[in-house]
Amino acid sequence: MKIWVLESILAATLLLAGAMSALAASTEAEFKAAYAAAEAANKEAGSLRNQWTTTAATLAAAKKAADSGDFDNAVAQAKEAEALAKASIFQATSEKERWKDLEIR
Amino acid sequence: MNARSAIPLASAALALLALAFVVPAATAADTVDPVADAKAFQKFFTDKFPKLKPEDFVNGPYSMNEDLHRQWEEKEQFPPYEFSLEAGKEMFTKPFKNGKSFEDCFPNKGIGIRQNYPYFDEKEGKVVTLELALNRCREASGEAPLSYVRDDMAALTAYMAFTSRGKPMDIKLPNDPRALEAYQQGKEYFYTRRGQLNFSCATCHVQSPGERIRAEVLAPALGILNAMPIYRSEWSGMGTTSRRFTTCNSQIRGVPLDPQADEYRDLEYYLSYVSNGLPISGPGARP
Repeated sequence: MKIWVLESILAATLLLAGAMSALAASTEAEFKAAYAAAEAANKEAGSLRNQWTTTAATLAAAKKAADSGDFDNAVAQAKEAEALAKASIFQATSEKERWKDLEIR
Repeated sequence: MNARSAIPLASAALALLALAFVVPAATAADTVDPVADAKAFQKFFTDKFPKLKPEDFVNGPYSMNEDLHRQWEEKEQFPPYEFSLEAGKEMFTKPFKNGKSFEDCFPNKGIGIRQNYPYFDEKEGKVVTLELALNRCREASGEAPLSYVRDDMAALTAYMAFTSRGKPMDIKLPNDPRALEAYQQGKEYFYTRRGQLNFSCATCHVQSPGERIRAEVLAPALGILNAMPIYRSEWSGMGTTSRRFTTCNSQIRGVPLDPQADEYRDLEYYLSYVSNGLPISGPGARP
């Protein structure tokens, strides 16, 4: 019986530790990595002449959150900016041929 | 032949058959034929709006909606662009510090020539728009260039357009592969979707002219530049072609390019060419 209780406590502790690490606050380093990835994607969109205003706005929001020390929000915004930049790259790439579908002939 | 080997063979045959149809279609689409383009472009709009005469299209949304048309007729009694015309005339004729003026930079002293812009400059290998030519004229005389999106530039083009009213748009495509490429690039820009809203120029001005976007009635692409520059009530001021292009881009959540970027120059070339024959009506007024 004692062993069973000890095992249960140990398992619960491990689970709790796992959950805590998952909920751990984002760090500045994580923000910097996420921001750099977003910036790189937006730069690529720029080379395709197809940046979105919303990417720039979301990057600015990420920077602002990081400056105020809110790294959870900063990382989330940076990841959102990267997703937007990647969508603009996809758009520019697919439109290389798709524009012809709209052409008046 | 067993069933297993027959399936890939049948698939390959189908794929080849599909290619046989796809390849010629792609080739046809890739052939650049500006004359056929302009004909098809104008036919598209005259078929879509059979009650309108070709020259009506240069009046933009006012040609699409009776109420707006009545408002426009009243507006034209005291046109809101009049102050700009006067300012433009004064600026155009006033000498620069070196004694020259805009009149020295243009054929016929700049009078009645709006319909020839933009043109393809074979020496430069690029499209030259009227706004660009005006700033180059200033710079050649040691003057600072004007902002492409502000009132002074609009005043100058308003004056030049006014002296050309009624003249048919007359954009030339010289026998130069670079001119054809510029035309084609302009066409591609016009139809390419961009911005987070995934709109192309054609989304509004080909697919939806006459429809409302919020409170605005969308103008047809045919003849849309013949009315430039425009006084827009929404802007409470004049707008150049550069302002129109950059604003369109930001409205669909795309980062605008620099005014007079090659893409915009090519776009203006394409859009003007397909409106050849329609009269210059600028400066225009829009809601």
